Amino acid sequence: MYTMDRIKKTFDKLYEENKKALGIFVTAGDPNFESSLKLITSLPDNGADFIEIGMPFSDPMADGPSIQLSSQRALKSGMNIKKCLSLIKIFREKNNHTPIILMGYYNPIYKFGKEKFISNCVELGVDALIVVDLPPEEDDELYFEAEKNNLSMIRLVTPTTDEKRLKKILLNATGFVYYVSITGITGTQAPNVKSVQANIKKIKKVTDLPIVIGFGIRSPAQAILMAEVSDGIVIGSAVVDLIRKTLDNEGNSNDEGFVACLELTKEISSAIQHN
Amino acid sequence: MNLNSLKTGPDAYGKFGIHGGRFVAETLMPLILDVENAYEKAIKDQSFINDLDMYRRDYIGRPSPLYFAERLTEHFGGAKIYLKRDELNHTGAHKINNVIGQILLAKNMGKNKIIAETGAGQHGVATATACALFGFECEVFMGAKDIERQKSNVQRMQLLGAKINPVTSGTGTLKDAMNDALRYWVSNANTHFYIIGTAAGPHPYPKMVRDFQSIIGEEAKKQILEKENQLPNALVACIGGGSNALGLFHPFLDDEEVEIFGVEAAGKGLNSNLHAASLTAGSPGVLHGNRTYLLQDDDGQIIDAHSISAGLDYPGIGPEHSWLHDIGRIKYLSTTDEQSLDAFKLCSRLEGIIPALEPAHALHITGKLASERKGQIIIMNMCGRGDKDLSAVLPLIIKNDS
Repeated sequence: MYTMDRIKKTFDKLYEENKKALGIFVTAGDPNFESSLKLITSLPDNGADFIEIGMPFSDPMADGPSIQLSSQRALKSGMNIKKCLSLIKIFREKNNHTPIILMGYYNPIYKFGKEKFISNCVELGVDALIVVDLPPEEDDELYFEAEKNNLSMIRLVTPTTDEKRLKKILLNATGFVYYVSITGITGTQAPNVKSVQANIKKIKKVTDLPIVIGFGIRSPAQAILMAEVSDGIVIGSAVVDLIRKTLDNEGNSNDEGFVACLELTKEISSAIQHN
Repeated sequence: MNLNSLKTGPDAYGKFGIHGGRFVAETLMPLILDVENAYEKAIKDQSFINDLDMYRRDYIGRPSPLYFAERLTEHFGGAKIYLKRDELNHTGAHKINNVIGQILLAKNMGKNKIIAETGAGQHGVATATACALFGFECEVFMGAKDIERQKSNVQRMQLLGAKINPVTSGTGTLKDAMNDALRYWVSNANTHFYIIGTAAGPHPYPKMVRDFQSIIGEEAKKQILEKENQLPNALVACIGGGSNALGLFHPFLDDEEVEIFGVEAAGKGLNSNLHAASLTAGSPGVLHGNRTYLLQDDDGQIIDAHSISAGLDYPGIGPEHSWLHDIGRIKYLSTTDEQSLDAFKLCSRLEGIIPALEPAHALHITGKLASERKGQIIIMNMCGRGDKDLSAVLPLIIKNDS
């Protein structure tokens, strides 16, 4: 019952304050368990309203080079679903209000066992899932089971989604709607504000859920434009790029990377005027 | 639907049993629905069928002969061995059968920019060829490692006017080329058509590729009835993604008396972790838009395949094979790198046919089966010729000879 509440409470509160939500994407275990735990734990105090935690996959079909490399670093450090869930467990011991959205591809979940995965997510305080390669056509796989357990399966809408399909996708949708702002893979092109705005309008006609924009936002300037036309934004590739750039020769992270990621979070948070 | 037939799949959701499906990002979903609609319309359209028939006959050179391999038969001393000579097709392999079908579909859909992935380069060459023929733009994604080991095919594609995109992501082989081709397609969703080279990927590709390749089995059935006045006792073909095999097998699936054998690449041996035998040694999972048997670790991460043959070097397999494996209609065996080299040499010396390394895998099993089956008839799909493999194979054969 109470898992979906975190997302609703977060967006309701921001709405009352006339603010937009900032979501930060980090891959679990990039570049290792401890560093990503430390970063994820510090994000809420630095301006992140919700956190998307990437579960790394060897073949991330919808991701650009930044998140591909991030996934590879995480896999090299031994990250898997079990460890990712234990990371969330530790996070929740200190933070029980920030929504956690797990994002990934279906195969690791399928291999882990979908029932077990969903019950673990519910138990540990995961609020929602985004499984990139499960379109509505494959709802039998995970969607119904997750929603039955009050774990939200976030729907993705893209520039290629037409109005007829939009209705189908958003029927019974929960949590928020994730609008993919570019026809492309993560972190590779800048979104076009006019077309994003037009598409968000169409989505608003079909749903009352908050609409969050992601996939192409890298800079504070883009963040401002995108936040203006939506209820929130997600930054991912720009964050994991900072992790990559500050690795030492052995591939370990240091405080410089940690600080840089938090600085970016703060900068974007104040750019979209939500502090 | 005829419940007594094994040929009616996939269902409306693109599933063969638990396998297949449409596991793609939402950005691609409208596109593959478009491809499906266009395909279902095209195969009922007489002018599409006429065009396909014309290109098959006058451009590819079909029907390909069904050849009685007398000296191989003598050598193994058992069953009569027939080779379905798809290596005689234009561009030297079965791949062109599928490419011509898909490019006609792309043309119907008004798309004149083509994307393809390739491992050994045969599908890339076939696609570059068809794009030259139709005056279409062609972008081929090929693993950086495969570019190194298949230089002659890379040169052929360039000559034909294709742009080669070296893939360095992941491990730089066929699976990564497919990842990057899909990523490129997502980014160019409205303008490009993706010609997938094997009977895998999201629905409708496994069905569509199978249908375009089934001409192999349809011809073989007619030809063997003419020559022997009976159906064969067994069929054999090699399997990477599995399109040449399905092409030969599919028209025979309901002929219960015909035993069917698919041959996977065992690489350096099934216990070596260096193989590509996803059915024999893998487990069901989801990759590249479909559920199927995959080489993967306990965490569901994909493991790299290994085979001496770049065309079999793929950690998955088409979903229809996975289903046919589950229900036991087809028996899947495997051949090691070394056994395929022996078969490669044997076929060259006895028949004057230099096979590609891929069908050399099938020939090893064909020989084993033939020697135990006196009085029977076996058809093997000779799905490609070996010119492309010479630079890789010759040093190994010379080493073994000395």
